[in-house]
Amino acid sequence: MVEPRAKQKLIVIGNGMVGHHFLEQLAARPENALFEVTVFCAEPRPAYDRVHLSEYFAGRSADDLALGRIDQYRDWGYDLLLNDAAVSIDREKRTVTSASGVEKTYDRLILATGSYPFVPPIPGHEHGKCFVYRTLEDLDAIRAASENATTGVVVGGGLLGLEAANALKELGLEAHVVEFAPGLMGIQLDEGGSGLLKDKIEDLGVTVHTSTATELIEEVDSGRLRMQFKDDRELVTDLIVFSAGIRPEDKLAQAAGLQLGERGGIVIDESCRTSDGNIFAIGECALYENFIYGLVAPGYTMARNVVSLLCGEEASFTGADMSTKLKLLGVEVGSIGDAHGRAEGAAAITFVDEQSGIYKRIITDGDGRKLLGAVLVGDTGDYDQLLQYHLNDIDLPEHPEQLILPAADGDAPTLGAGALPATATICSCHNVSKGQIVDVVQGGCCSLGEVKDVTRASTGCGGCSALLKNVVDEELAALGMEVNNHLCAHFEFTRQELFHIVQVEEIRTFEDLLQKHGSGRGCEICKPTVASILASLWNDHIHHRPHVGLQDTNDTFMANMQKNGSYSVVPRVPGGEITPDKLIVLGQVAKKYDLYTKITGGQRVDLFGARLEQLPEIWRELIEAGFETGHAYGKSLRTVKSCVGSTWCRFGVQDSVAMALHIENRYKGLRSPHKIKMAVSGCTRECAEAQSKDVGVIATENGWNLFVCGNGGMRPRHADLFATDLDDETLVRYIDRFLMFYVRTADKLQRTSVWLENLEGGLDYLREVIIDDKLGLGEELEVQMANVVGTYQCEWKTAINDPEMLKRFRQFVNTDEPDEKIVFVEERGQPRPAREEEVVKIAEPA
Amino acid sequence: MTEVAITPTPWQPVCQRSDLVADSGVCVLVGDVSAAGPLAPRRSIALFFIPHAEQQLYAIDNWDPIAGAGVIARGIIAEVDGELTVASPLYKQHFRLRDGQCLEDPGIRLDTFAAAFDGDTVVIASMPDSP
Ligand code: SRM
Ligand SMILES: Cc1cc2nc3c(=O)[nH]c(=O)nc-3n(C[C@H](O)[C@H](O)[C@H](O)COP(=O)(O)OP(=O)(O)OC[C@H]3O[C@@H](n4cnc5c(N)ncnc54)[C@H](O)[C@@H]3O)c2cc1C
Ligand code: SF4
Ligand code: FES
Repeated sequence: MVEPRAKQKLIVIGNGMVGHHFLEQLAARPENALFEVTVFCAEPRPAYDRVHLSEYFAGRSADDLALGRIDQYRDWGYDLLLNDAAVSIDREKRTVTSASGVEKTYDRLILATGSYPFVPPIPGHEHGKCFVYRTLEDLDAIRAASENATTGVVVGGGLLGLEAANALKELGLEAHVVEFAPGLMGIQLDEGGSGLLKDKIEDLGVTVHTSTATELIEEVDSGRLRMQFKDDRELVTDLIVFSAGIRPEDKLAQAAGLQLGERGGIVIDESCRTSDGNIFAIGECALYENFIYGLVAPGYTMARNVVSLLCGEEASFTGADMSTKLKLLGVEVGSIGDAHGRAEGAAAITFVDEQSGIYKRIITDGDGRKLLGAVLVGDTGDYDQLLQYHLNDIDLPEHPEQLILPAADGDAPTLGAGALPATATICSCHNVSKGQIVDVVQGGCCSLGEVKDVTRASTGCGGCSALLKNVVDEELAALGMEVNNHLCAHFEFTRQELFHIVQVEEIRTFEDLLQKHGSGRGCEICKPTVASILASLWNDHIHHRPHVGLQDTNDTFMANMQKNGSYSVVPRVPGGEITPDKLIVLGQVAKKYDLYTKITGGQRVDLFGARLEQLPEIWRELIEAGFETGHAYGKSLRTVKSCVGSTWCRFGVQDSVAMALHIENRYKGLRSPHKIKMAVSGCTRECAEAQSKDVGVIATENGWNLFVCGNGGMRPRHADLFATDLDDETLVRYIDRFLMFYVRTADKLQRTSVWLENLEGGLDYLREVIIDDKLGLGEELEVQMANVVGTYQCEWKTAINDPEMLKRFRQFVNTDEPDEKIVFVEERGQPRPAREEEVVKIAEPA
Repeated sequence: MTEVAITPTPWQPVCQRSDLVADSGVCVLVGDVSAAGPLAPRRSIALFFIPHAEQQLYAIDNWDPIAGAGVIARGIIAEVDGELTVASPLYKQHFRLRDGQCLEDPGIRLDTFAAAFDGDTVVIASMPDSP
């Protein structure tokens, strides 16, 4: 027998990106049960995506950036202490004490305290209009200060400094970058590259001052700041952001007597252990071989290694690749490996196209066989390929210069994903190799989205997304799975292509489409898909003769089949608003037919347990009372959830109920690739949870903010803010276009969230199509929507008045008897399907 | 011991042509409809009518043993590798119309019955096909 072991006490100090990754990895393992985990987090919220911090200015909220969630930590069994920094470590007693006075003991301690921005000690740097760029709070402060400002200066021309300059520009400021060194991004770029980068950035309207040292910052009469430079020049600005590098956050470790590097950083060995064997350090606070890795991927690697070690496996950290690719102010920059060509015997090949502003340089070893490094500015199209040559030590082609020269005959040697070894790392953030990706594709994941879900590749910094797509595409092709773009064995087209064909050729029936463009007799995949396309375009009744037989059972019987073969009935309750009289009718009908009654998550009432043959009678009664079908069975609009809004609520700024009713009534009946949910909230408190819907509308003082592509369900996704302060008419116009564009282009059974994630160009592209009307489709989409809206019919109303259609609602065509196999028993005063053992009891009376 | 002579009528009328729905299924109750007796056990049978296929009529057990519900008649007809099947509406397993074989689980096969038109009347064999 295994002795029950006391749990190991684990303390993690710091809940940044790396600390979170560590916990996430640990939580995913069965060994998690062996640890009792406490996390000290100095920030007021759990870990968030610092890499994409700047997107906070572009409209992503703190929630969108969140990596860790409080409830998730609770589920994992971790004790998360927010807003409570660790202030001391007692290595003798093995305890950690926090600012609020909490004291905890540990068996193992993980330091993941990250780094802090270095602020050069220039006199005046402590002025209130001087900021750093590291946390959400920093960005809030910068945003507030920018409100009445015209000019902003960033001190530091490295990777982060340029990103901060971009942010200032987006905030509407005239931006300057002041760099002490002679070139921008000195760590990553060589002289030629940084010179060209400077030109490009200046073209974009950011003034760059290189070789410029600041001597003094002082407030002038206007309340602005004057920066005095060494060479007597000066600059007057409203605010200053320091981005002059990072320093490891090692104060705690220092006070605890752990070994630090000469210039700071907690010294770790290959196991990420500090000078105290019980204490590990990971991420930007750790110093390995005298090097601080200021990127997230190496930190993640350290985190994974420590998890493995704690679980009794072997693992070691032996340094990490520092290649980076980014897009700064619209300028593409990439740096791989030894960009400066410092290795002995290194040889460089440079290509410069001044006209188009492209600079590329590759550094090879002496005999030109291996790629040591590369610098790309203005065009990073070759980045993925070069990185793979570098990381996997692949032999270079005979004329390596061809790798960066523009292809004269369109025939440059390309290193397809196929040429990569299985061990090649595709995603360094999550350490996913090509082999792993190939495995999951072979295991049945047929789309980029699925592969991302399963492997997490490309969900960190995102830098590997293009390469990931290539590997997935190539593998799918290799498996002969181009079929997978095909709807099914009967149509060699995607859903999107079929939509076009049906539209352009004005095809009206499945048979016709099958004959002209398909083969065989169709199946459960193509039939409902085509039925949905036909409905989106022509909007015939789903029981219209030629469409019978195309629908899934739920659409066929206009009700959801339950586990015992009975059905549920869900009348539409637009916006969740319902009169007492109608509520009474629901109660009466449920009582009469002995239906189980439940309030749904979609603000309406579901009546369960109707037998097939009862459906028409039940609906007749409901329709007489003024109800309509709720399409709970269709791939179509479900509900538009609303909050009570300005009519009653003291905070409401718009009538959210009226808007919810308006859009629910407008889009009800629209058949789509998957179901669609919407919500309207009357103010930012967001009681209708609009940000979890496919279409979310939130009232503002000036109108409505529109959010799109949210999802609850299996993989929740926060909706993206799409447009702000819209008037009613524009709001509806955008939703019209958005929905029709989705209906046209999405894959079968693809919710808007997944659709957007797979849409090339993403949200920006979607905005171009919907708002800027870049494809010139706007009007057509609106007309198409108008047609659907204009031809709406309550399917149930039509059905109960059509004897032909009603014929289908017979349990048996040769007798009126009910199906004796459907048996209900009572529970909590209502019927429910009998379980197998209960059925036997009833069938065999004693 | 009393011997009960079981002489099943080879063909049993079950419904009219007009009861069928093209390219889709309906359900009939066979056996002794008036009283559940031991001689002719009652069972629900799904009838599929596919006007353009070589064989137009299929009769197959309506009970889906995987879902534990009588719902096969309400499944969608799907062609898989050139063979006609019905996809059960609850968990989507395919059952081959010609012999009831479940494509996802080799251990499961539904009973099938010979079916034919006798004028406008649909008749099916009272005994299932032997596998
Ligand atoms: C009745 C209800 C649960 C309840 O008791 O509250 C329900 C019941 C079902 N849901 Fe749901 N969902 C219900 C609200 C939701 C919600 C909450 C909401 O809408 O606010 C969600 C998450 C939000 C979302 O969709 O983004 C939800 C996410 C799902 C999913 C996962 C979708 C996804 O994108 O991951 C499925 C499966 C699917 O559609 O493929 C699903 C599928 C189903 C099905 C249709 C399963 C099935 O095929 O039999 C259930 C049968 C309903 C029936 O027979 O009437 N249901 N379902 C809710 C009906 C709301 C309504 O009034 O129409
Ligand atoms: C604007 C910006 C853009 C970036 N872009 C990129 C990029 O494109 N690619 C890339 O690879 N990297 C990028 N980075 C760097 C990346 O964010 C870091 O490498 C990563 O966040 C490091 O993770 P960490 O957990 O080590 O440190 P952090 O994320 O800094 O987390 C450390 C946490 O520990 C907390 N802490 C410190 N001391 C204590 C204490 N005593 N008690 C409790 N908690 C404490 C801190 O408050 C902080 O929350 C960027 C960073 C910034 C700021
Ligand atoms: S959560 Fe699952 S069980 Fe509950 S209603 Fe939705 S689909 Fe059915
Ligand atoms: S490399 Fe960062 S997400 Fe894949």
